[in-house]
Amino acid sequence: MAEERQGVAEGGRPGSPGLDTFPKLLLHHARLRPERPAVREKDFGIWQSWSWAEALAEVRSIACGLAAAGLKRGDKLAVVGDNRPHLYWSMVAAQALGAVPVPIYQDANAGEMQFVLDHAEVRFAVAEDQEQVDKLLEAMAGLKRLERIIYDDPRGLRNYKQPALMSLAELEQAGREFAASHPDVFTDEIAKGKGSDIASFYYTSGTTGQPKGVTLSYDNLILTAQSAVEFEGLGDRDVALAYLPMAWVGDNVFSVAQAYCTGFCIACPESGATVMQDLREIGPSYFFAPPRIWENILTTVMIRMEDASALKRRLFKAFMEHARRVGSRILEGASVPLMDRLIYRLGELLVYGPLKNTLGMSRIRLAYTAGEAIGPDIFTFYRSLGINIKQLYGSTEASVFVTIQPNREIWPETVGRPVAGVELKITEGGEVMFKSPGVFVEYFKNPAATAAAKTPDGWVHTGDAGYIDEHGHLKIIDRAADVGRLNDGTLFAPKYLENKLKFFPYVREAVAFGHGRDYAAVFVSIDMGAVGSWAERRGLAYTSYGELASKPEVYELIKGNVEAVNRDLACDPVLAGSQIKRYLVLRKELDADDGELTRTRKVRRRFIAEKYAALVEALYSDRSECEIETEVKFEDGRTGTVRAVIHVADAETFPPAERGEVPPSAALKKAS
Amino acid sequence: MAEPPSARASGEVLLAVESISLAFGGVNALSEVSFDVRKGEIRAIIGPNGAGKSSMLNCINGFYRPQQGTITYKGEAVHQMRPHTAAKNGIARTFQNIALFRGMTTLDNIMTGRLLKMRTNFLFDALHFGPSAREEIRHREFAERIIDFLEIQAIRKVPVGRLPYGLQKRVELGRALAAEPELLLLDEPMAGMNVEEKEDMSRFIIDVNEEFGTTVALIEHDMGVVMDISDRIVVLDYGRKIADGTPDAVRTDRAVIDAYLGVSHD
Repeated sequence: MAEERQGVAEGGRPGSPGLDTFPKLLLHHARLRPERPAVREKDFGIWQSWSWAEALAEVRSIACGLAAAGLKRGDKLAVVGDNRPHLYWSMVAAQALGAVPVPIYQDANAGEMQFVLDHAEVRFAVAEDQEQVDKLLEAMAGLKRLERIIYDDPRGLRNYKQPALMSLAELEQAGREFAASHPDVFTDEIAKGKGSDIASFYYTSGTTGQPKGVTLSYDNLILTAQSAVEFEGLGDRDVALAYLPMAWVGDNVFSVAQAYCTGFCIACPESGATVMQDLREIGPSYFFAPPRIWENILTTVMIRMEDASALKRRLFKAFMEHARRVGSRILEGASVPLMDRLIYRLGELLVYGPLKNTLGMSRIRLAYTAGEAIGPDIFTFYRSLGINIKQLYGSTEASVFVTIQPNREIWPETVGRPVAGVELKITEGGEVMFKSPGVFVEYFKNPAATAAAKTPDGWVHTGDAGYIDEHGHLKIIDRAADVGRLNDGTLFAPKYLENKLKFFPYVREAVAFGHGRDYAAVFVSIDMGAVGSWAERRGLAYTSYGELASKPEVYELIKGNVEAVNRDLACDPVLAGSQIKRYLVLRKELDADDGELTRTRKVRRRFIAEKYAALVEALYSDRSECEIETEVKFEDGRTGTVRAVIHVADAETFPPAERGEVPPSAALKKAS
Repeated sequence: MAEPPSARASGEVLLAVESISLAFGGVNALSEVSFDVRKGEIRAIIGPNGAGKSSMLNCINGFYRPQQGTITYKGEAVHQMRPHTAAKNGIARTFQNIALFRGMTTLDNIMTGRLLKMRTNFLFDALHFGPSAREEIRHREFAERIIDFLEIQAIRKVPVGRLPYGLQKRVELGRALAAEPELLLLDEPMAGMNVEEKEDMSRFIIDVNEEFGTTVALIEHDMGVVMDISDRIVVLDYGRKIADGTPDAVRTDRAVIDAYLGVSHD
């Protein structure tokens, strides 16, 4: 790693006039490092790779094909599908022509797609496969502007005769012919682009109301990405796995903006189901995952260790205990006794190294987690193994980066320091506001929302409550709007309770209620994998999620978790009064298709409170069960109803600790 | 590899079965059954339990030898059809009770479907050298196309014995496809599956037919699925053919309804 080239030293800094758009950066890398890999994709069981020069050729043919098909400067091009090289290239190809790409979540249904396509005034769409084409065709029926749908994978589309359809291969062929007769169009159009142009739209999933189209300029994306690149010292030898939804701004920053700033290589997995295997094969040096994924990996490790031989289990336990004691400190370069260092070395040889190798994390230099709170146990587990996982705080409106934990300054409960160019302030009401080069241009066609989110001098409301601690690090407590009070005036921070519960492996989601009530109470949705294997070990038979969730034994298990949270809260002088008095276990998983979660899997608390109003009332009555009928939406769009009797249970609460000892508080943060 | 979809409408007869009779001792499994399978179509053979469906399929691919009747495949009467000659002639099949190598991975199982296409000799294979290595790469590529087609990338290296039933069925289809068959015989491809798995399997069967132009003859219990995906259906009952025609014609056929629902005997 010593000979690694840092950033783009040659030919100017990304964001400077010659390098202020992605197409210009692409030309730059194709000149500077034509043979270096730009993109890899696992296809037909083999990692295929494209160099920067080849990537440029692909982008050129797609761009010329789009030009031949009539895509003009300022038009919008939707991109729908999994992370595929051709979809990334389609985005850059549109940008080369001065058109604006609009990535759409691949699991959105036709109705959701129609809203975005209509609102963004999309003319062309590039879709991954038949599944996405079907949805686009359905959405197209109600749209006037959408003219053409271009698909990457032709499988199953043989008998589709719609005139709007065209394969990407045909488009590229047309593009090559167009380029032969119009050799200068591609470079001329790229030269017309400038940093202040709109680069792309990102529709935020929106915990309330319709999605908003955040418009980001090239300057927003490139300057922010470049600050983070310099903050972390990323270089063109780094490798990242591109597996998060393309419609999420984070993927575009990690897989496009930062890759185009440094010239590093991104790897696209074979399919959604193979991400973990592909991760292992690629062994990225730079990796981002939301807490949910870090948690799932840890759960899998723990479950598999249970099945290992007794010797291995004991080795694992002993060395993990040692790592927990000294691992993080060794990673941070703190002074650690020689003996402990030697034992850690041995552990690296016997346990940590092989484990990291199995997970595909041997080469990770830099890993991020953001978007939700991560359990302190999970966070320290990875750090103690020597994986440099750090928290960051950001949002779509900031082009991702607001704060990052610097190396050697890692406190699990904070989200770090502002990145270069970012200013922070806390309002009197406790809300965090920031100002940076990454601040979004506007919400597309929504000046009211823009004005509400952004002051005229460029300060953005995050909607998060937090403060800056004694180290100059930002600490986030909850959504400012969600912090409420119980009837007796006790502060009630729902997310704080929910996250504490979710740190237990058996709890997948939790929804806390309490604002304007006498006490706090929660809905719990169990983790099928963890609770299922727990039940299996106990010989507890069940046939479905619903049945498992209603078992008295499972209620006891969850009760233990709830009471552990209460015990923890009892030590907190401010929140001791908001201990959880009653809880229930939902008989179905909370699901984005039913509108209970956002597409990024955040709980929509208000929606759930309305949908399950009867259950909420039961929490605040003395009844021990409640009958409920809910509507579920199947993946094919049909709906059905499920009726169930749900048991409501009490949990023990504890008197506030007398000597107000502050517990190791959980890291709470959020990037919407 | 793919043929135009017009193959479906070509009407050319790929396989004709004429007056087949098969008996095991005193039991007549099939009596005087005749029907044909046209190139490019999806042909279903249905009937209640014990109607002789599997026996029919076993006759076609040479597993059983009927006492009477002739089978004409690609215009030639086949007298001595044996499973391996059937395979060589481009007939591949799956089984009602999955017949995979349970200890081998998905990929290896699919590779076994390429066996008849392998040309190099034992010596080269043992050393994995020269033409043998090149050939393996070619076959592996084909197997990977099937894996991609059937969307089973995630289980490529998993021993099939550890897979759920629905996936095993899919792997078995993959192995049959690996032989690049002209005629694909499927013995209850959807038995024991849940609704979602059935929908997936139906889509794969239609895709195989449309993308590769493969002629499909399938036996199935689930009437709903059969009606949806087949071009023509032949109905057997007690070893006799009781109906033959399009799904709509078969659905309303008196004899078929009687066979399925029973007739009162008074």
